[in-house]
Amino acid sequence: MKTHRYEVVVVGAGGAGLMAALQASRRAATAVLSKLYPIRSHTGAAQGGIGAALGNLEEDSPEWHTYDTVKGSDYLGDQDAIEFMCHEAVETVYELEHMGLPFSRTPDGRIAQRRFGGHTNNITGKPVQRACYAADRTGHMILQTLYQQCIKRNVTFFDEFQVLDLIVVNGAAAGVVAIELATGELHVFHAKAVIFATGGYGRMWEITSNAYAYTGDGIAVALRRGIPAEDLEFFQFHPTGIYKLGILITEGVRGEGGVLINDLGERFMERYAPHVKDLASRDVVSRAMYIEMREGRGIGGQRYLYLDVRPETVNKYAAIDGRTNPDGSPYQVTADDIMAKLPEIIDFCRTYMGVDPVTEPMPVQPTAHYAMGGIPTNIRTEVVIDEQNTVMPGLYAAGETACVSVHGANRLGTNSLVDIIVFGRHAGINAAEFARGASFQPLPSDAADFARQQLDRLLNSKGKERPIEIANEMKHTMFDLVGVFRTEESMQQALEKIRELKERYAYIQLHDHGKIFNTELLTAWELGNLLDLAEVTTVSALARKESRGAHSREDYPERDDEHWLKHTLAWLDEDGVRLGYKPVVITKYEPKERVY
Amino acid sequence: MQVTVKILRYNPEKDEKQHYESYQVEADPTDRVLDLLEKIKGYQDGTLAFRRSCAHGICGSCAMRINGRNRLACKTLVQDLNTTKITVEPLLGLRVIKDLVVDMEIFFEHYRAVKPYFVNDEPPPEKERLQSPEERERFDDTTKCILCGACTTSCPSFWANRNYLGPAAIVAAHRFIFDSRDRAAAERLKILSDHFGVYHCHTIYNCTDACPRGIQVTKAIGEVKKAIMTGSLD
Ligand SMILES: Cc1cc2nc3c(=O)[nH]c(=O)nc-3n(C[C@H](O)[C@H](O)[C@H](O)COP(=O)(O)OP(=O)(O)OC[C@H]3O[C@@H](n4cnc5c(N)ncnc54)[C@H](O)[C@@H]3O)c2cc1C
Ligand code: FES
Repeated sequence: MKTHRYEVVVVGAGGAGLMAALQASRRAATAVLSKLYPIRSHTGAAQGGIGAALGNLEEDSPEWHTYDTVKGSDYLGDQDAIEFMCHEAVETVYELEHMGLPFSRTPDGRIAQRRFGGHTNNITGKPVQRACYAADRTGHMILQTLYQQCIKRNVTFFDEFQVLDLIVVNGAAAGVVAIELATGELHVFHAKAVIFATGGYGRMWEITSNAYAYTGDGIAVALRRGIPAEDLEFFQFHPTGIYKLGILITEGVRGEGGVLINDLGERFMERYAPHVKDLASRDVVSRAMYIEMREGRGIGGQRYLYLDVRPETVNKYAAIDGRTNPDGSPYQVTADDIMAKLPEIIDFCRTYMGVDPVTEPMPVQPTAHYAMGGIPTNIRTEVVIDEQNTVMPGLYAAGETACVSVHGANRLGTNSLVDIIVFGRHAGINAAEFARGASFQPLPSDAADFARQQLDRLLNSKGKERPIEIANEMKHTMFDLVGVFRTEESMQQALEKIRELKERYAYIQLHDHGKIFNTELLTAWELGNLLDLAEVTTVSALARKESRGAHSREDYPERDDEHWLKHTLAWLDEDGVRLGYKPVVITKYEPKERVY
Repeated sequence: MQVTVKILRYNPEKDEKQHYESYQVEADPTDRVLDLLEKIKGYQDGTLAFRRSCAHGICGSCAMRINGRNRLACKTLVQDLNTTKITVEPLLGLRVIKDLVVDMEIFFEHYRAVKPYFVNDEPPPEKERLQSPEERERFDDTTKCILCGACTTSCPSFWANRNYLGPAAIVAAHRFIFDSRDRAAAERLKILSDHFGVYHCHTIYNCTDACPRGIQVTKAIGEVKKAIMTGSLD
């Protein structure tokens, strides 16, 4: 076993981790650990854009962005954090541009912006062009640019090191334990400050836009060390995943004028969101799609609808909506425009469905997409561990794995990329400053034991259960019973199933007992994380007897601010999940009914 | 349909050398080769090792040789292969760590060698640096690279001499050389005119054929060669 010593250890090398690393490494000895090569991180999959009120094409302001985000969150987002993020967003996007990020450009050479769901001009209520984009590969460009800057600045990486445990000494973070994939050796990283930037856990659901790596490792590791998880009942289902595969079709498609169509050829979003129609928030659109399909208006009665971005369709509805260009001329697109703005989407559709979006509509269904909840932090990205927001010294979290909370009950498109950059950056600065003023906690002699025990238990388990079957049953259960719509009954059933699966998980059988690249072992460990998070998600969702944002209960269809305007905290104790609650931070915007 | 997947296996803890093993798998024509590997690993042989993450051709983890050609396993459908016999092997030219997992270190070393990052020390404006859509378009193709390694490991010049920086590194350099905002083109061109640079390219086009992102790799290398020769970026 090797021991390393760094002042700051960053776990995760996606947008949040790399941004943190760039800042921390200027101030303190920093190492970045990632289970994937950094450029394989899921930030690279983000397509549509990063939201910032630059106002390059029309009037816009960070204040409008703030209000839209608060409203999008169904008033569960913490307004101090949201305001901070939306104001920082502008400067941060310029910072990315100065790092060389190749944004698409307006005719006068500025950063191009497009419409996205829920982002509006607060005076007219009309969609506003706020999403800064690089074609439909914005996340790819962000990830590449940040990684390139890390190379330029000689940041220290430990690639393909998977973190299995957090070391806590005297109530403070003192490092992490990781396994090196190439050798199977355990390494202890002794640190003054640890930043978790490990991404989401969307692999819990059957139809998902998320990568295989999205198994909630950071949240699960924290739970095992007595740190609660916040608001896990809020998980976003994106309206437009490729039918059956779940691969994401960016909301940017609708931003460019694409519309959702049912079996009758109707643009049904008109009925659900008369003002912004197809550009309502994701929770609203996904629910509308479910209702359409349930009422038999899925295409051919099946579980999918059409997303139509053919130029003739776009132009027809743009004319009906009276959509204009910035110069006042009518909004019109050609096949070439579509191909230039959405090249990746066109490639996905051709590759995986044999469908050409320029001449045919795309079959889509809602797909599990984004974790609004996660490791609770304050606005300084410090991890907080109870209802009073007590800080765990030395522990930080940022990105999708964290819950600040800027997304509340529903995230607006383009706001995750803002989140990872703004809070990733602050995590790096704050962790490094903390580290410089702190000393190392003494390292316990058995620092790696808990991690080793977890792996040994899997390796020595003597059953016949196949991990893949447990995983598939979990995914079906969660998608069908704790998905877009939920009821007491469905979730009770899910909870029983998850508990059964957790029992069976103790009897899995592994074939690979080797050390080198034992991905079977690590996949099984990740499955354990997902099962823990599935239980926490379901228990948190069962307790919340209201509908808010992505948490939509048919037995409690209304939002209930009197009882439920609060964040859930969930601890994973020996004998199950324990819940607590803490208030939402409300500064300027009193909750009111949410209409799109 | 039933397909036979023949995989070149190697476990350094057990095997002296690589060997093939075959698996029968029930597949849909629209299954990705990656789906087949997952089924084999999940139901038949958990020891099989390969890398994957995004499962839709954007993270670059799963480049491998499929029926003799470098491809992404997650972007190759069974029906694209026009056969029920599928052979899967690790990328050539890199040390095999286990089964389909290769040691990418030399590949990333070459990448790092070409200064694959934006350089411009002039104080930036308060807002964005301006760039026209045409200037942006000039290097668009090479921004698509996901560093999967399919191109470099399909190149006979790289197989012959692993010090050759290879197509992926040249693509990375191209992305910055032709960016109107960048200021280090001359340094990169100098690195690429060195004896491990572009002159190892014999325009064989394997790289262009292998690129799962459709990047015109050989064309990009040609543009770099021309810039070196003429000393001009036009
Ligand atoms: C298809 C798709 C499209 C999207 N489009 C947009 C968009 O247009 N706009 C927008 O705002 N958002 C978008 N999102 C959401 C957004 O991309 C993500 O939420 C965001 O990129 C997450 O960044 P991150 O840095 O938190 O995590 P990631 O980029 O996923 O990084 C996680 C890192 O943690 C590492 N890691 C995980 N577990 C461990 C462990 N145990 N040990 C060591 N390392 C570990 C991984 O290796 C990885 O480096 C999209 C998401 C998807 C899936
Ligand atoms: S798994 Fe990401 S490219 Fe294949």
